[in-house]
Amino acid sequence: MAEAQGPRVEGRLAENILYFARALRAAGIPVGSGSVLDALAALDVARVGDREDFYWTLHAVFVKRHEHSLLFDQAFRIFFRKRGYIEKLIASMLPEVATTEPKPPTPGAQRVQEALFGGLNERDDKSEVEVDARLTVSDREVLQKKDFAQMSAAEIAAAKHAIARLALPLDLLRTRRMAPSRRGHLIDIRRTLRASMKAGGALIDLKYLGPREKEPPIVALLDISGSMSQYTRLFLHFLHAVTDERKRVATFLFGTRLTNVTRAIQARDPDEALAACSAHVVDWSGGTRIASSLRAFNKQWSRRVLTQGAVVLLITDGLERDADDTLAFEMDRLHRSCRRLIWLNPLLRFAGFEARAKGVRTMLPYVDELRPIHNLESMTELVRALSGRPAKDYGPRAMLRQVA
Amino acid sequence: MTVKPLPASIEATLDLLAKAGYIADRSLATVLYLALKMGRPLFVEGEAGVGKTEIAKVLSATLGRRLIRLQCYEGLDISSAVYEWNYGAQMIAIRLAEAEGEGDKARIEHDVFSERFLIKRPLLQALEPDPAGPPVLLIDEIDRTDEAFEAFLLEVLADFQVTVPELGTVKAAQPPIVLVTSNRTREVHDALKRRCLYHWVGYPNAGRELKILRTKVPGIAKKLSEQVVAFVQALRKEDLFKQPGVAETLDWAGALTELDVVALDPATVSDTLGALLKYQDDIARLDGSKVKTLLDEVKSELRAAE
Repeated sequence: MAEAQGPRVEGRLAENILYFARALRAAGIPVGSGSVLDALAALDVARVGDREDFYWTLHAVFVKRHEHSLLFDQAFRIFFRKRGYIEKLIASMLPEVATTEPKPPTPGAQRVQEALFGGLNERDDKSEVEVDARLTVSDREVLQKKDFAQMSAAEIAAAKHAIARLALPLDLLRTRRMAPSRRGHLIDIRRTLRASMKAGGALIDLKYLGPREKEPPIVALLDISGSMSQYTRLFLHFLHAVTDERKRVATFLFGTRLTNVTRAIQARDPDEALAACSAHVVDWSGGTRIASSLRAFNKQWSRRVLTQGAVVLLITDGLERDADDTLAFEMDRLHRSCRRLIWLNPLLRFAGFEARAKGVRTMLPYVDELRPIHNLESMTELVRALSGRPAKDYGPRAMLRQVA
Repeated sequence: MTVKPLPASIEATLDLLAKAGYIADRSLATVLYLALKMGRPLFVEGEAGVGKTEIAKVLSATLGRRLIRLQCYEGLDISSAVYEWNYGAQMIAIRLAEAEGEGDKARIEHDVFSERFLIKRPLLQALEPDPAGPPVLLIDEIDRTDEAFEAFLLEVLADFQVTVPELGTVKAAQPPIVLVTSNRTREVHDALKRRCLYHWVGYPNAGRELKILRTKVPGIAKKLSEQVVAFVQALRKEDLFKQPGVAETLDWAGALTELDVVALDPATVSDTLGALLKYQDDIARLDGSKVKTLLDEVKSELRAAE
């Protein structure tokens, strides 16, 4: 029975691996065609004995990120779920079987492959349902996918215009690497010697090295809760422009939960990038949980993105519903683990803004700078905020003194 | 000197590691075997203290290969990673040539930029032939260096060659066994990962951790070792900023045996918690009563298992 329905795997290992790679790609693991060849080579040398070895051999080749392990596991289970399927594949790799002539594909094989892919799709649907089910539990989240196309034409034009005008300033960070420099303080012996060789070694013209400078990484934490909804699209456009310009920008969105959209925002086309971001996020325009979002960031990401002198842009109005010790604690930790923490607050647009809201007062002592960000013009201000010079007017301590 | 053969199967790889006291799981043995067999670099990622660096040390010891370690840091550059010229000796050579009346500039230049004056740093050393077989090259904590160095490594890891402008390209006759480790303090670029086989080293399960503990701390009492492992395993389920790694388990067990502890009690655990947890708020989270409840749970579980 199993024989009649089961696939004829003998001599068709390559094809099966190819289909499996395709399934992985469908599941979201970037698998190149080079990996397929690698997988075949690996299976060849590993002389796989059982299911576990088969699993880990393919895992070694196809998975390049820890996050993908889970996807691989699911795809593997579904793809190779038929009992005895792997055993047959393994058997087909044994030398004596491998010499059998390649057979023309049997009609049954195609059907099984379809079934396998059907299974994969089924699984995908199912996981989506799970997500939905989980979301309905939370009453505070507005399950609304903001469509960026809703942005009015004038708005888009204005935003694009503003963003086009933004030239990123030279915010440079000294690295510990050296580069040739006229005003350096270290002698570059390599270049000196080469230069003096030109003169036959008679003349020694000293060349110098100075510290190399480079842009620090930027980490943006953008509040996308309801109270911020008028601004988020604009900021996303801005962050896209920044990401385009610089190499090291990590972007996170948070409302009631934290979402990493760094990869999505890297798409070349701004509309495409923003659409990809909005597809990732489930809590647009909902409530805010700043403390728990920061906590998630500190725990999962701070050690991975806040290295090498990162600047953090925290874009939020600071209107936390339950501002308590956790918020202060997480802000403190965030502040301690980055080089500079800049808070961009659209509420600062009101001339008489005072740090009265409890959330704002809790967060203020921990930021290096507090700046307004409420219209297109203030985006230019934001650019200046990135330029490395701390501004006196926006010192958080002055703001706190005002209230006290 | 004969070259020790590479393990011939996944089992043999497991045995090889076990022989040197490294208790690996089968997934690691599989990927390691593949890396050795296919001559590909192995990219190992995982939290701090799960034994990533140890893999390279054990490989070098059991295979009798030379271990060349390149510790990455911010600001690592070619002159400390690949090669440097011996400038002092070069200057003297130039002066000597002049004193001897050598007037041919090209000749002097050729002599001065020869292998005699080259100081080889780890990456270049790893490409040299070795009578004991190709060396083990450990590129440790690659996430600490910057993207520019990563890009440079691409050439080394893909073709096992480096280019010295004055000398030409140096290519390894036999590729070294390369192990790259990362703590994931930053994402390493996909281009580099693509050239390697990838493996994530996780925390071991209770059974394996117990084996590791008994191998590494031989004098430990049976009961204490079981309690230590069960407690650490329970601790990893807690909401901590930094979970204790295997290295911490071993440190802690070592500390407890030094203190002649035979069984865990809440007071001892609280006093020695610094060996396990390295963040103040994690230690603060685990106050006396919390330690006691955790310990009671662990003990009752162990009793139930008996």
